[in-house]
Order: sequence, then C-alpha cells, then structure tokens
Amino acid sequence: MSKALALLRGHTILALVLLLAVFVLGIEIARPGTVTPLWVSNALLFAAPLAILGAGQTLVMLTGGIDLSVASVATGSAYILATNAASGDGFALALALVLGLAVGIVNGLGVAVLRVQPLVMTLGTGLMVGGAMTVYSQYMLASQPHVPAMIQTLGAGKLIGLIPVDLFLWAAIAALMLFTLHRTGFGRLLYAVGDNREACHLAGIRVWRVLFLDYVLCALLAAIAGLVLVGGTNAADLSLADVYLLPSVACVIIGGTSIFGGRGGYAGTIVGALILTVLTSILTLLDVPEPVKQILYGAIILSLAAAYARLTA
Amino acid sequence: MSAANKMEASSAAHSLSRYLRATGMPLLFLASILATLAIHRDFGAFDVQSLALGALPLAMAATAQAIVVISGGIDLSVGSMIAVANVLSASLMQHASFRQSLGLAVLIILVGAVQGAINGTLIVLSRIPDIVVTLTTGFIWGGVALLILERPGGGAPSDFLEIGAGADLSPVLPNALLLLIVAVGVIWVPIRSSRLGLSLYATGSDPIAAFRSGVDPRLARILAYGLGGVFCGIGGVALTMTTGIGAPLAGAYYTLSSVAAVVIGGVSLNGGRGGVLGPVLAALLLTLLPMDLIFLNIDPNYGQVIQGTLIVLVVMIGGFAAFMQGRS
Repeated sequence: MSKALALLRGHTILALVLLLAVFVLGIEIARPGTVTPLWVSNALLFAAPLAILGAGQTLVMLTGGIDLSVASVATGSAYILATNAASGDGFALALALVLGLAVGIVNGLGVAVLRVQPLVMTLGTGLMVGGAMTVYSQYMLASQPHVPAMIQTLGAGKLIGLIPVDLFLWAAIAALMLFTLHRTGFGRLLYAVGDNREACHLAGIRVWRVLFLDYVLCALLAAIAGLVLVGGTNAADLSLADVYLLPSVACVIIGGTSIFGGRGGYAGTIVGALILTVLTSILTLLDVPEPVKQILYGAIILSLAAAYARLTA
Repeated sequence: MSAANKMEASSAAHSLSRYLRATGMPLLFLASILATLAIHRDFGAFDVQSLALGALPLAMAATAQAIVVISGGIDLSVGSMIAVANVLSASLMQHASFRQSLGLAVLIILVGAVQGAINGTLIVLSRIPDIVVTLTTGFIWGGVALLILERPGGGAPSDFLEIGAGADLSPVLPNALLLLIVAVGVIWVPIRSSRLGLSLYATGSDPIAAFRSGVDPRLARILAYGLGGVFCGIGGVALTMTTGIGAPLAGAYYTLSSVAAVVIGGVSLNGGRGGVLGPVLAALLLTLLPMDLIFLNIDPNYGQVIQGTLIVLVVMIGGFAAFMQGRS
C-alpha cells in the first residue's frame, strides 16, 4: 500500500489518470451503456476549449502568476469574430486574435515591466475588456452577428462522425506546449523564473522578456479558446466564457501545477481538463437541480485540490 | 551617484509612494466630487442620498475585502456571500414584521460570519492558496444562493426599506451614509485598535514574525475571513434594503468591484498595510462614476471600462514608483 502511494507521489500524473479512469468507470457502473465511442468523442469535443484556456493558464502559473482575464478575452474574441464576420472571415478572425494580442501586451507590460501583481493586473484588464464589449455591443445591436462556417466546423464538427475537429487544434497546441516547456530555453526559463525570480535576475536573465512573452501567449491562447467555444455554441453572447474562469484555473491546479510557480506542466493540465469535463458529465447524469450541481462541482474541485496538496506535500 | 544620494533618492521615492497611498484616495474622491459639482450644478442632498444608498452594499463589500487583504489573503467569494445574504433576507423578510426583520438581519449577518469562517478554515486546513479556495467557494456559495431563491423575488417590509432610503435618523446625514458609518465604526474601529486588529495586521505583514510574537496566524486568518463574512452579510442585507428584492445573480458584480475598491483605496495586496477608509471612499467613487456618466449623457456602461482602467492605472503608478526606486 505504502509502495503504491510512493509510486503515485513520484508520478502524480499516474494518480490523475487513475482518477480519470475511476470517474469513467463510475459512470459506466451507475449508468451501464453510457460510455460509448460517441460519449468519448463528445467529452473530447467539450474538453478542448477548456484545455486550451488551461494551456495559457499553465504558462502563467508556472511563473507564479495567474490570469483572471482569460474568460473576458475568450468572450471578447468570440464576440468580435461574430460581429465582424460580415466583412470577411479572415478579417474577423484576425481582429479576434488582435484583441488577444492587445490584452496580452497590456498584461505583460503591467506584470513584467511594472511588476504589478498578476491577480490585480489581469482583474483590471478583464474588467476593461468586459466593459468595452458591453459598450461595443450597444453599437452592434443592428448588425446580424453570425459565426463563420469554418469556425463552426472547428468548434462542433466531427470527422467521420467521431473524431472532433477541435481535437486536432488541441493536439497541435498540446504538442507545441510540451515541446516548448521541456525542450526549449524559453520553457526552461518559465520554470526558472517561477522557482526563483531573483536568482534568474542575478544570473543575467532578462526576466521581464520571459514574463512579457508569457502573458502575451496566455491571452492569445484565451482568444483561440474563445473561437473554439463560439464555434461550438454558434451563438456569441457576452457571458459565453464566464463559466470557464474557475475551471481554467482548476484544471491547472488539479493537474499538479503549483500556483506558486516552478512546478508542474501541461500533461497534468490535459488530464485535469478531462477530469473536469467527465465530472460535468457525471453531474449532468445525476438528476439534480442546477444549483446543487454547482455546489457539488465546487466541492469536488476543492477536495481534489486538497487531496493533491496532501499527496505532494 | 554616491551611496548617500542613492539612499536619499530611494527614500524620497519611498516616502512619495507612502504619501500617495495615504492621501491619494481622499484627494481623488474630493476631485471627483468637485468634478461632479461642475458637471451637475444641482448636485444636492437628494443626490448625496442616492449616492450613499447605491454605494452602501459596495462599501460593505470593500470593507470585507480590505480586512481579508490586510491580513494577507484575498476573498474572491465576496460577491457570492453577498448574494446569499441578499436572497436569504429577501425570502425570509417577505412576510415578516418590522421587528422580526431586524432580528432576521442580525441572524443573516451571523450566517455571513459562518460562511467567511468556513472560507478561512478551508484555506488554513487545506493549505491551498487563498485565490483557488475562494474562487471555488464563491462558486459553491453562488449555488447556495440559487438554491434559496431561483429567480429574483422576495421582499422586505416597507418600514425596513425606509431605514435605508429615508433621511430621518439624523438631521444632517442621509440614513444610508449613517448606516455605513455606524457599521464600520461599531465593528471595525474597535477591533482595529484592539489586540485582535494588531494580530490581523501582523499576520498580513509577516506570518512567521507574527507567530514568534505570540500570535496564532492560522486563527488570525480564520477570524479575518469571518469578519469579512460579517461585512458581506451586512452588504447583502443592505442590498435587500436598497433594491427591495433578492436576486441570486446580483452578487457577482461585488467580487471584482470589491477588489477594485481595495486596490484603488490604497490597500497593499501584499498584506499588513492600509485601512478601511480608502476602500470605502473608493466604493463611493466607483458608484459616483456611472452617475456622472449619466449626467454627461454618456453610456453608463463605460463605468466598467473606467473602473478597470482605474485599477490598472493605480497599480501601474505604484509599479512605476517602485520601478524608479529600483533604478535609482
């Protein structure tokens, strides 16, 4: 028993995969016949936008930061895409990504150059984006927002009826994330800065450049996640990604990335996003009112995070 | 630059930032009042009253957040706790008499204290960072609020609403402003000057040093969150008093705005520094802004943009001062 625990301590990702397996098994036992290829395909479809948001959040949390503007950026990029689609898909897509880039630059300037706490900085920019979108929507009342077919395919389409299209985007982002974090200098610097910013500074690293790029990438990933989300719902409204703020942080924490920085990685976040998606699916199967679902969801996230903190302490 | 000059420059920058922290918010508030008078010459007793009434819940949220931040934490469940107190009071008071309503208000404030203490206990016991715990409990309390009241409704006796809306309790101040002063004055001011208050500041400043001076930082943190919960409870009851109904989703606004008020009000998010006056004035300022926008015939939705910009500007100015200090 203690040997098994020690193994899990050494390879926390194993514990996560085990937990995911237990969740899936639990569904199958409670409702035999639920877990079909179609169910798996849907779970992957829904997990992708969360995992892409989680990718950005992983990047900033590795440096000991947090980005609370991801939900507003995702909503904003989706809304801009839908309201500008009439002027051409490419133009609308570019404009949506420019929003991500702009917010990322402001966040990066604040956190990296002026050393503002990431929490406050991103809270402020999140409010700015959210408010700006509300104002912007007043001018867009007359226009007919629509989601380009290409984005609908990305967010909801499936190849041969089973393989979600957004899985390809997710896989590409995951490959890039894993490669960057483990095989490039920038990736190693993220861990180093998260572990000890002062030591990095003394070693001659231009810490601000690392952090700046970090926040820009996070905001860009949030904008991309917004596009996938709006492709899935086919309706851009101003609260589209609000519900994703807590899960975006939770999937990273559950995935074993320390909020104090320097420890963790994207592999854990992937499993974390899958666990949260399966959890949502379990709660949907339970025949309970929406508020109870919300309470259970929060309670389970909290206990998972607490268990994780115990396991790795 | 010689070492002595260096010291002097850095201490000048330091004292400037300290000076701004202490006086910035009152000056900003004064300036915004003057600006309001310039925009809207008829700004009088009635407007003061509606400002105080509108700002009361946010001022309570800001006080709650300030206390938690001073003791070294952050509470992202403030809005949901206010929502719980709001729907609880609106659904319980609907058919209650005035006297019963007053009793219920006290009870609901105690519920707030318990919620806050649960937040604090979870943080201390689980060793998960404050942000994550309160982000999650915020989700949970939000569910509780929806469970109590699914859609906006409920109410309170008109005598009870009149406590907030009237101007009969004092000859000079509108009731809402009086309530604000009493709530902060009766609860926070005595605590601030007691050993408990000192232990909150000490824990926020340096938990290890606080521990070595005989303070139990874990207990201090739980008490800080509990006290924050008390003010959230008052805020929720005040929300019922000012709007007349309970709305399970109305609280969401207060989480972000309370952090905004704390930051703009000059409380350091590193803990251990600042007071409650700054955040309360900031809450009044954040309520005054949309009013001014309406006077100016500008879409009041710009208020949120301005609020975000203000946060970013304030912290950037703080960061810039530190940046210059580091260079000199």
